[in-house]
Amino acid sequence: MRINFKHEWIETNIGLMLVLTMLAISVGGLVEIAPLFFIDKTVEKVEGVNVRPYTPLELRGRDIYVREGCYTCHSQMIRPFVDEKLRYGHYSLAAESQYDHPFQWGSKRTGPDLARVGGKYSNEWHVQHLIAPRSMVPESVMPNYPWLMQLLDQSDIADRMKALRAVGVPYSLTEAEREANVKNFGETVAAELHIPDAKKNLVDQANLGNYDGNKAGVSEMDALVAYLQVLGTMVDFTKVNEDDLVRSR
Amino acid sequence: MSEHNLQSQTVQTTGHAWDGDLQEFNNPLPTWWVFTFYVTIVFSIVYWFIYPSWPIGKGFLAGLSSISYVNKAGETVSTHWNTRALLMEGLNKTDEMQKPYFSKVAANDFSQIAKDPELSGFVLSAGKVLFTDNCAPCHQQGGQGKVGFFPNLTDDDWLYGGSFEKIHQSITGGRHGYMPAFGEVLNAAEIDALANYVASLSGIAHDSGKAASGKTLFTSETAACYYCHSASGAGRQDLGAPNLTDKIWLWANVPAAEKPEDKVAAIRSTIAAGVNKGVMPAWGGRLSPEQIKVLTVYVHELGGGK
Repeated sequence: MRINFKHEWIETNIGLMLVLTMLAISVGGLVEIAPLFFIDKTVEKVEGVNVRPYTPLELRGRDIYVREGCYTCHSQMIRPFVDEKLRYGHYSLAAESQYDHPFQWGSKRTGPDLARVGGKYSNEWHVQHLIAPRSMVPESVMPNYPWLMQLLDQSDIADRMKALRAVGVPYSLTEAEREANVKNFGETVAAELHIPDAKKNLVDQANLGNYDGNKAGVSEMDALVAYLQVLGTMVDFTKVNEDDLVRSR
Repeated sequence: MSEHNLQSQTVQTTGHAWDGDLQEFNNPLPTWWVFTFYVTIVFSIVYWFIYPSWPIGKGFLAGLSSISYVNKAGETVSTHWNTRALLMEGLNKTDEMQKPYFSKVAANDFSQIAKDPELSGFVLSAGKVLFTDNCAPCHQQGGQGKVGFFPNLTDDDWLYGGSFEKIHQSITGGRHGYMPAFGEVLNAAEIDALANYVASLSGIAHDSGKAASGKTLFTSETAACYYCHSASGAGRQDLGAPNLTDKIWLWANVPAAEKPEDKVAAIRSTIAAGVNKGVMPAWGGRLSPEQIKVLTVYVHELGGGK
């Protein structure tokens, strides 16, 4: 039997066209995104790569980063290219953003990539640069963010952590979860991830770090700088075998 | 309308007519376009075979193409083609090209590098790139620094020392400026006296009566300024304590103040509030030893190297 296919069949049958259109536009997502959730190697399980979730203060900094739309000009994704390695450092690992919801990879670089900005500049540089970027980098086109010196709203930190816990970030509510964190991340980190202690942990880290150079109260600047200073610092690449990373792709 | 009528005569219709005279044009795609479309489909199939492509269960098709690179241990590693291996291969090539220079940098000591015309030329260009990316955000593009924030690297004044070795130490391990806040230890009159004395050291107009009592305080055990800044006020580089006798200022913004009393006030506020900034990050873990060596010579050659 010879089938004489005619496009007209689809065009004159709206139900068939609907189904086929849906199929066509799902292909991209089904082929490129869905499998990554099932492939074992997606998040690198490599010796030396032990990324922890953000502390409460860093998490609030992340939220401010998102609120101010930093991702519209700054990416957090160093691609495996020679020029990017030379400028920004080691390429980003999937493991490094495994607890980011949503991830901040971005796709637009008006400013530089920030994936490894942690520890690159001092806190006081970040504070001054966020308040008045051109006072530090004359050619910068970054807007001023002077309002970041306002006090941080800490009231909903536990809710924010619970929301992330619901999508799989190992913030602990129960004693059993806390003990699991101790096993995975060690005692110090596990204490930071315990939701009942979130507010205390947040204030303690801000007071100890004094990121904004102002001892009076916890400001949004404290949170944002704490976040920026931890970006890209969780993996010690001197302890990672590069060949393992290559093999995980 | 005339154009439409013309078209209706030359373009095919689907042959179906609604309401007696409503027809639909049929414009098939040009043959060359359809052919190109089929070629892209064939290309994608070839591509699946060569490069990593289809997910299968917990793994994926690795593709037939392979790539090899030399790892840190010097072994040749062969693997299926992927972008990370491609980067490794690319870095092998860059290393190969930079090796003649960087191995010379590693083999020679600082002053030899600065003297050798070829090497110093390399340091000037490679150092400028490294400086722009890593140092310029704080020390500014020309190394001129920023009063109140980050020191000038082009003058003769050094907080921690301007020799090759000291600059190398500063870059590798970082620095943290610190002076205690005297606002709680001393009263306002004492701080004023000290500020006048410090102003006198670098020839700023001051009250000589206050300066005299400031001098006594400076070397007393109450204020103990001399412990870090030395009895003469010339500073101590091993502690990063600045020289107060020159006309170069970092923490007290004296140059910006026009009137002498404002200059003294700037010194006063620094004594009262202290300094707990001037943090330079450690670059030891971020840059390679050769890169730090290049930067050391570059900074030394900015003008003020000792």
